[in-house]
Amino acid sequence: MSESRNISLPVLGQVSRRTALKGLGATLGLAAFAKAMAPLTEWAADLSLDEFLQKHYTELGPDELKRVLARLEQETRQQYGADVTITDHRPEPGVQFGYALNLTVCIGCRRCAEACHIENNHDRATNNSYIRVLEMNKGSLDLDHANPHYDHAVPHPDKFYMPVQCHQCDNPPCVHVCPVEATWKESDGIVVVDYNWCIGCRYCEAACPYHARRFNWTKPQIPANEINPDQSYLSNRIRPQGVVEKCTYCLHRVREGRLPACLEACPTGARVFGNMLDPDSEIRWVLDNKRVFVLKEDLGTQPRFFYFFS
Amino acid sequence: MSVTTSNAPHLKATQHVVSYPRFVWRSLLLATDGSPLFYTWMTVLTALALVGAHAWAVQVRDGMVTTGMTDHVSWGLYIANFTFMVGLAAGAVMMIIPAYLYRDHEMHDVTIVGELLAVAAIIMCLLFVTVDLGRPDRFWHMMPPVGRFNWPMSMLTWDVIVLNGYLALNLHICGYLLYMRFLGRRPNWWWYIPFVYLSIFWAISIHTVTAFLYSGLGGRPFWNTGLLVPRFLASAFVSGPSFIILSLLLIRYFTRFAISDGPIRTLLKIIRVAIVANLLMLVAEVFTEFYTGGAHAASAQYLFFGRYGQTALVPWIWTAIGFTIIATAIFLWPTILQRKLLLCVACVLAFVGLWIEKGMGLIIPGFIPSTLHEIVEYVPTRLEWQVTVGVWAFGLMVFTVALKIAIPIFTGQVNIDMHPPSTDHAHTATAADPQADGQAQPGTARSAPARPRTSADAGRSEP
Repeated sequence: MSESRNISLPVLGQVSRRTALKGLGATLGLAAFAKAMAPLTEWAADLSLDEFLQKHYTELGPDELKRVLARLEQETRQQYGADVTITDHRPEPGVQFGYALNLTVCIGCRRCAEACHIENNHDRATNNSYIRVLEMNKGSLDLDHANPHYDHAVPHPDKFYMPVQCHQCDNPPCVHVCPVEATWKESDGIVVVDYNWCIGCRYCEAACPYHARRFNWTKPQIPANEINPDQSYLSNRIRPQGVVEKCTYCLHRVREGRLPACLEACPTGARVFGNMLDPDSEIRWVLDNKRVFVLKEDLGTQPRFFYFFS
Repeated sequence: MSVTTSNAPHLKATQHVVSYPRFVWRSLLLATDGSPLFYTWMTVLTALALVGAHAWAVQVRDGMVTTGMTDHVSWGLYIANFTFMVGLAAGAVMMIIPAYLYRDHEMHDVTIVGELLAVAAIIMCLLFVTVDLGRPDRFWHMMPPVGRFNWPMSMLTWDVIVLNGYLALNLHICGYLLYMRFLGRRPNWWWYIPFVYLSIFWAISIHTVTAFLYSGLGGRPFWNTGLLVPRFLASAFVSGPSFIILSLLLIRYFTRFAISDGPIRTLLKIIRVAIVANLLMLVAEVFTEFYTGGAHAASAQYLFFGRYGQTALVPWIWTAIGFTIIATAIFLWPTILQRKLLLCVACVLAFVGLWIEKGMGLIIPGFIPSTLHEIVEYVPTRLEWQVTVGVWAFGLMVFTVALKIAIPIFTGQVNIDMHPPSTDHAHTATAADPQADGQAQPGTARSAPARPRTSADAGRSEP
């Protein structure tokens, strides 16, 4: 220190060498900071100001919503090369959706999971699906002995199969914990996520007792010709990176009076879906006549997804 | 550490317009000037923080697939560190309680160290939460009125309130006291004592609410226990005071801030009680889990012994337990206060042990097995370590700079009456300067100390 002090360097006006060095250090530091943060600008290139400033779904006026949907369609065209239609399907009054699954009939073929994968435009690389089919030991509902990774011909004689997906709870822990109200329960009972409002904290994933939620760990990749073009804002449109998604009972289908993709794909008729308020519906008949149960009833989540043996 | 207040100028409110900018300017000079050791330390921290910043930028661009987290273990190293840092921030209250509730004057003199630690720790907490967000660009969604804040339902919103509130409280208390010292005035009781008492309550609340984040989740049996809150507090009252003891010893070694053994003795007493209480609660938890058995014990079994051949967390937790037990034994040694080196070892062991216990030993096993009882293991990626080290480096920078400003002002070496330094700032920052005494080199005209001495300087014993 003392040695370096004795060396006299040119001093610019009143600026000492020490001040000059500090300035140099600060400049270098700022430059290094800008360089370190450079990936953010590459990432921001895909983001539009409109997207950044977009309001919460429930606060969008009709015109604003129309613009948002048009923008999302255009983004899909740009980023995925696919022409899609993104609609906003609203819940119908007098409708309360319920789902029941016959465990006696389910053979564990996982076609429901595959149909979900295609219908909901899931990332191809991870083979994501909202449905997880558990292979269970006969005589036990203990999930500790469940196996989701079975790889043999089904049905195995000593096993039964239990598909698990979002239970659309009436007391949903995932909705309670969300800090920004990005997820909520709609009037027909479906729990939805506004993918453009979610901040990606994943508290809902920690809170869900059914492993029903998925996070977009990266930008979903789907070839253009495999994209399901029939999309809805709150359900199967291609999700952005960094947000949480979940099963919506295929609301883009069921709110049009169609059935969920997983039900249509089921070869054994194990799945029963419908409006629980409709006295003539099949779901109502099952609830009235079968001894149904729900998963982890003791947690008080009050699921709308019922299991039964026939 | 009494500063002369008798001849203090009494400023009118309008004069703050002049004196406050001078305070800020002088603080800025103090923060950026020091010995070669200081510059080296800050340069290393800056480099580490930049590596972390770059890693985070990559994570935002490429997605959190770059981390080791999955849909099964959806929180990892970041939230683990966040939880630990909340404890560190809350632990600082263990200086305020003796100082303000029990009138421990020696502690009162060094309480500012704990408050500045709380500031740095809370900033780290906020950074750890931010780097864990999938969409940090949407942070404004949380801010009313433009955003939507799910309060009071979501515990995370409570946490946002208590953490930011605690940060604001400590910034106010530290800033106000330092500014008054800078002016040479006695602080106005009403401007800080109510905030100090509020901060005691608030410190407890930050760790309570953080425990509620986890303990309120019915789907995660490992966390779903009322014991989580007292466990969090007990461990915070070990990790916080441990770090403060280390800080006080380092400050005593490197600066001319006279710190007696009194505060260290008090903190040691607190650690002795808290570390035993923490161990007791750990034993109670482990007994309940394993004696009952069943699915409820699955996470504990995975954590301590591994399950179905999966053992990623076993080395972590036994390291934590080993460190904590050794630290407990050292802390309880009757003459430990005379053996400073051994005391430092115990503090480091306790600090690291609790960092593991709160993080890899508490957050991660909450997710393993998953809610559908699958065992998917979690190992942090290199990127996660880079980001984590970066946040730590930044936090240490904040703490260093805060001390660098606070100590000279607090010891009266720097105040408003001093002439502003001309082109040579080297000697305004001697207090937090490791080379303070060595800098007055004879024969160099530029290094003549121009620092006016106050009565506080004269009466202080050199370390």
